[in-house]
Amino acid sequence: MKEKKVRISLSHVAKAFGKKQVLKDVSLDVHEGESVVIIGGSGTGKSVTLKCLLGLITPDRGSISMTTDNIGMLFQGAALFDSLSVWENVSFVMLQKKHADRDAAKKLAIQKLAQVGLPAEVADAYPADLSGGMKKRVGLARAIATNPEIIFFDEPTTGLDPIMSDVINDLIVDCVKKLGATALTITHDMNSARKIADRIAMLYNGEIIWVGTVAELDKTTNPYVRQFVAGSAKGPIKMEVKAE
Amino acid sequence: MFEKFLSFVNTLGRFVIGFFRASGDLILFTAQILLYVFKAPFYINETIRMSIEIGFYSLPVVALTTIFSGMVIAIQTYEAVSKFSAEGAVSMVVLVAVTRELAPVMAALMVAGRIGAAMAAEIGTMRVTEQIDALSTLRTNPVQYLIVPRVVAGTLMMPLLVLIGDAIGVCGGYLVGVTKMDFNATTYLINTWNTLKAMDIVSGMTKAAVFGFIITVLGCYHGFKSQGGAQGVGQATTNAVVSSSILILIFNYLLTELFFKM
Ligand SMILES: Nc1ncnc2c1ncn2[C@@H]1O[C@H](COP(=O)(O)OP(=O)(O)OP(=O)(O)O)[C@@H](O)[C@H]1O
Ligand SMILES: [Mg+2]
Repeated sequence: MKEKKVRISLSHVAKAFGKKQVLKDVSLDVHEGESVVIIGGSGTGKSVTLKCLLGLITPDRGSISMTTDNIGMLFQGAALFDSLSVWENVSFVMLQKKHADRDAAKKLAIQKLAQVGLPAEVADAYPADLSGGMKKRVGLARAIATNPEIIFFDEPTTGLDPIMSDVINDLIVDCVKKLGATALTITHDMNSARKIADRIAMLYNGEIIWVGTVAELDKTTNPYVRQFVAGSAKGPIKMEVKAE
Repeated sequence: MFEKFLSFVNTLGRFVIGFFRASGDLILFTAQILLYVFKAPFYINETIRMSIEIGFYSLPVVALTTIFSGMVIAIQTYEAVSKFSAEGAVSMVVLVAVTRELAPVMAALMVAGRIGAAMAAEIGTMRVTEQIDALSTLRTNPVQYLIVPRVVAGTLMMPLLVLIGDAIGVCGGYLVGVTKMDFNATTYLINTWNTLKAMDIVSGMTKAAVFGFIITVLGCYHGFKSQGGAQGVGQATTNAVVSSSILILIFNYLLTELFFKM
């Protein structure tokens, strides 16, 4: 992996919202053709990290670089455009071009929808008519529609049943292995992480506290990672559950 | 006592700083819009869609407000002047009041409630559901795609709406004059025609363009900057309507002075 060039690089990134220091010192490199997964508790700033990379949030400190602007992004809440039909969402970039061929764009959209396990009938529906898991999959279809070189997935399998989750895992693996894309995925789903990750990074308390392969994940002695992987309430990570 | 004074100064200071920060923010936002108006890509289809929404679908409310304004002015003028000069005065006052003031201001306030609120709600929802963030990851500038078409459509459509409102308002005065005050229909129309000045119409339409700009910019601004879920969007909608209504009235005064100062 070392000889491949770095496509995404975060170095010493910090970000606070008001008094709340969400990211303290995040450094991470993702190489060409690699699939990296970020795990970490809810509210630790995983989505904020992605938004910093996308330029949607300006970090207070640190530097960020990406080697392309041909990117795709799946938002945690799908972020589909309400006013457009499903297929217009998926083919959005294509439709913005001058003299766009709407029939070709629709065909492409239907093909991308099939890849995420959605039937062609969905193409003409509007986002408001879809279930949460269907929205997520349309968001995925939109993210991969332009064959991006770098893809970001914010919790791609959340809200999907186990079988559909596996379809999506395969899809992500395909994007990376067949299309040669570089992927950075956020997930809570350890099954998904094991399946799609070349490397896993754990975000805790505003820092990346551990990085390693799936094999290393099972052997690590890092108590934070062990607790997270085991999904145990006992350990060094204290959830702030307080009764007033 | 002194503590109370300090806390008062603190609140006042915070308010003043907040006010200037918001104004600065709004000015930057407006400058950005003006810059992008002349920069490709131009979203023509979006602009046409918004023009229809603003120009065509606002016609009923504008017609309703201007016809009643014209009717009311006719009655008030009739009551205020002597019976002998009423016939000439009513047609003249209706024409001047409607074209210079009532049509532009009433139409603008109605459109602020209709369009400004809808824009703030739509763009605010897009903001809190990350659709605006999604736009920029899809190689589309949100200001160019969402805001410029709305502002261009609002600025171009308001004068047309007001021109139609002018005609309908004058008709309102005519209806009252002919049916209630037994004016001669032909004389009323001739009087109106003779008092008609291009300046009255043009000044009203210019005001309308400015109001259209104010309504759309503030609607988009409050939506674009909204945060905090459904409640934030509701707040943005209210702020859009209140702030644009106030600015419409202020700018109406300033423009009136500009056009009609002796
Ligand atoms: N725009 C913002 N303004 C203020 N605070 C924010 C903003 N965005 C995120 N935060 C805060 O930053 C923290 C991290 O948020 P983030 O969405 O990155 O969490 P996350 O790790 O993605 O969690 P989850 O797994 O639940 O999605 C949260 O406490 C959140 O309240
Ligand atoms: Mg998140």
